Amino acid sequence: MRLVNNSLTMSLSKVCLSSLVGGNFLLVETDSNAIFTPEDISSDQRMMADTAARFMDKEVLPNIEALEQQDEGVTPRLFQMAGELGLLGMDVPPEFGGLGVGKTSLLGVEEQFTRLGGFGVTCGAHSGIGTLPLLYFGTEAQKEKYLSKLASGEWMGAYALTETGSGSDALAMRTKATLSADGTHYLLNGTKMWISNTAWAELFTVFAKVDGEHVTAFLVERRFPGVSFGKEEHKLGIKSSSTRRVTLEDARVPVENLLGGIGKGAYIAFNILNAGRFKLGAGALGAARESIKGAARYAMERQQFGRPLAGFGLIQEKLGEMAVRLFAGESAVYRTAGMMEAVFETGELVDSTTPPFPRGLEEFALECSIIKVSCSEILDDVADEALQIHGGYGYTEEFPPARVCRDSRINRIFEGTNEINRLFIPGLLLRRAQRGRLALVEAISRVEGELREISARPSDFEHRGSAGSGGVGSDLGQARSLVENAKRLVLHLFGLIHKKYGEKFSEEQEVVAILSDMIIDIYLAESALLRTAKALGRGKSAGVMADLAMAFVNDAAGRWEGLARKAFAVISEGDQLSQHLATLRSLMRWTPLNGVSIRRRIANRLCEVGSYPALVCLK
Amino acid sequence: MMKILVALKRVPDPDTRIRVKEGVLDLDGVKFAVNPFDAIALEQAIRMREQLGDVEVVVVSIGTGDCVEQLRLGLAMGADRALLISGAEAPDSLSVARILADVYRRERPDLVLMGKQAIDDDSNQAGQMLAALLGIGQATFVSKIELVDGRSSACCARETDGGIETITVRLPAVVTTDLRLNEPRYVSLPGIMKARKKPLEEIQLTDPTLKAPARTRVLKLESPPPRKAGIRVRTVDELVEKLRNEAKVI
Ligand SMILES: Cc1cc2nc3c(=O)[nH]c(=O)nc-3n(C[C@H](O)[C@H](O)[C@H](O)COP(=O)(O)OP(=O)(O)OC[C@H]3O[C@@H](n4cnc5c(N)ncnc54)[C@H](O)[C@@H]3O)c2cc1C
Repeated sequence: MRLVNNSLTMSLSKVCLSSLVGGNFLLVETDSNAIFTPEDISSDQRMMADTAARFMDKEVLPNIEALEQQDEGVTPRLFQMAGELGLLGMDVPPEFGGLGVGKTSLLGVEEQFTRLGGFGVTCGAHSGIGTLPLLYFGTEAQKEKYLSKLASGEWMGAYALTETGSGSDALAMRTKATLSADGTHYLLNGTKMWISNTAWAELFTVFAKVDGEHVTAFLVERRFPGVSFGKEEHKLGIKSSSTRRVTLEDARVPVENLLGGIGKGAYIAFNILNAGRFKLGAGALGAARESIKGAARYAMERQQFGRPLAGFGLIQEKLGEMAVRLFAGESAVYRTAGMMEAVFETGELVDSTTPPFPRGLEEFALECSIIKVSCSEILDDVADEALQIHGGYGYTEEFPPARVCRDSRINRIFEGTNEINRLFIPGLLLRRAQRGRLALVEAISRVEGELREISARPSDFEHRGSAGSGGVGSDLGQARSLVENAKRLVLHLFGLIHKKYGEKFSEEQEVVAILSDMIIDIYLAESALLRTAKALGRGKSAGVMADLAMAFVNDAAGRWEGLARKAFAVISEGDQLSQHLATLRSLMRWTPLNGVSIRRRIANRLCEVGSYPALVCLK
Repeated sequence: MMKILVALKRVPDPDTRIRVKEGVLDLDGVKFAVNPFDAIALEQAIRMREQLGDVEVVVVSIGTGDCVEQLRLGLAMGADRALLISGAEAPDSLSVARILADVYRRERPDLVLMGKQAIDDDSNQAGQMLAALLGIGQATFVSKIELVDGRSSACCARETDGGIETITVRLPAVVTTDLRLNEPRYVSLPGIMKARKKPLEEIQLTDPTLKAPARTRVLKLESPPPRKAGIRVRTVDELVEKLRNEAKVI
């Protein structure tokens, strides 16, 4: 890695340096002022989101049926309009017709598009995996040729990695690229499967193996000879999006359209997925918000046993839980956006490809996976409970939840399945530690030392547990300590597991996934607490926020404990297991809060104000 | 060069639920927007500029620093510059008219465009009072406007209870807009970026007569009673019977 431009350090003062290292949140404590939160959105950013909201309300949602049936011309027309409004080129610099704003500005717009899942996939795939390979890995000449077309929405973009035989194992692709005899073209042969936007896209980033060996990315125009397309897949959901096969039969791609260098395809494919996963997570928030709004409204209106549904405890619990999970996911997404933006703004480049690509794209791969997994699952659960609140009506097409359930399901599958992402998180921590990018080993030995001290003098660590009754601030403080202890716990486990399995670590998928789940909860819980602390620090009344954050931590405490028990029982037995369980008890001391009354409070307020953004006073 | 002054008021977003808590407005979590009628006025001004060319569109808002948001939105829609008048405490319609009259004397616009009313207090007075204070013409509830006689007058269609009335006012004049005048454009993202560079000037009110307390007082705030559930009638006869005997409206 080299520093190409060190002068653009503007936002480094805003976000402290240690938080600008991916995965480091697990090793250090983070200052609440160092994180970006939804409350930090500027009025310009809000205005951009409002434009997207109005576009969805007035143009897209009224056309839901036509879009879902893929009526001729509807998607291209709306897509074009989104482009004219500037909604499709936010990442792209102004010299290529885009806006050139950072990741924090994207969120509000992304959240709007996904209010119709399929249309969200169309726009998200275009401006994410469809445009970003060219933006981050393209040469000036390639950008000159294509980027402004993509930024303006004149052209739609697509990304073709998956094949019939290679999905999760994407690098096992069979598509080949062979240089033509005269050296001017590559001839591509193979079939790509499940390619979003195929019906309308003009430019595909296609991955193929040069000489059957070196994975390489190519910019392939729709009209290039030898490119053809399959029929629409019949999908469970996101029906307004297009998904088809792309067949390449001696497809002629000029050598100038090779992206990032021969054999650099894996860098491109995987780093673009970081951005894609982040976008997917951010989008899921918008769909979840919409579901919560619909569910709250329905629960207020629908009467049974002489009261609105919203008056029943079990419904309040559902509504409360939806808001709690969304709050945590949202806090993590905005925090990550702030960090990514700050690293992008440093202008630092990684020279593994030609030309080099921005470090901002790869630094937070771990956080992007966390966001992908957690937000896709939050949305699934929120959508499912929203349907449940609608009862039989929820099972019909009269109300949105049926569609939302179908639409949300894909998020756990594409951009790397949630299983693949779960396996990736601990693996990446390990790789970064081995490459000296992350002080993981040092942190683990620090924790080992602390744990020896705990077992010698357990009373010293008492305060780290039980929640007191000293008001919001001190409760939050207790919760922060608990999260720090959860970090100790997961680091300790990580050390033990790695010691036990060594190089075969990754074969123990179930245990690796436990580490992942604990890490995911840590990131979300910490983000929710930091966000609340930041709001409190600004003298905001953080009543609802504190409820939301504390309810999340309260449940996470149980999950950390349960997951760790499960893992300890896999890696040890007898006395050793008892010892581990004693360590677990000393770290996870937490007097449970009354989660029922917290969720009732949240649900009541939610119904009073009518929507999730209003609940947390997001403008 | 023609100059159009457009007044923009910051109001709660029409889609938010307004709540009254212990006699005061509970504004926690309430989103704010440009008064929709004012957005129509601004759209009209921008269209006139697009049509005529040499027109300057100035937006003005009275209130605290929060109003900058609405002014920025005006600039992002296409206004050329913005004025924020701060220092007035909870002005009522007459105070607003006085302050705008002061702005008018400063700016000397050829046309003042404003919403027929603001959706927060629905007073529907400021425009009329402003025209009276300035002694210039007015056209209210306007659903169509066209400049005539070499831009010296505006021919306006007014939406009245009795139907559409067409009048011509000599400029300068105050024109207040109705819903059907136009549909405001989208605020494009490039527009938002451009607005960052447009001038926004803050003017502190110093003149004590302009800062004078409002003449109207709010005695009490309460939520409207919840709507009673409707009933389904089976026949026209039943409907007529109910309208006559229960509702007593026919
Ligand atoms: C609607 C839709 C749109 C899509 N759009 C695009 C697109 O635009 N571009 C593109 O390139 N691709 C796209 N895809 C493809 C998508 O990314 C793949 O479907 C996904 O990566 C999974 O691959 P697969 O379907 O081959 O499943 P498989 O890889 O066969 O996985 C099947 C199951 O096995 C699990 N599994 C696989 N490997 C492991 C492992 N090592 N350990 C444990 N479990 C494992 C998976 O988690 C999954 O549960 C799209 C797919 C769909 C359905």
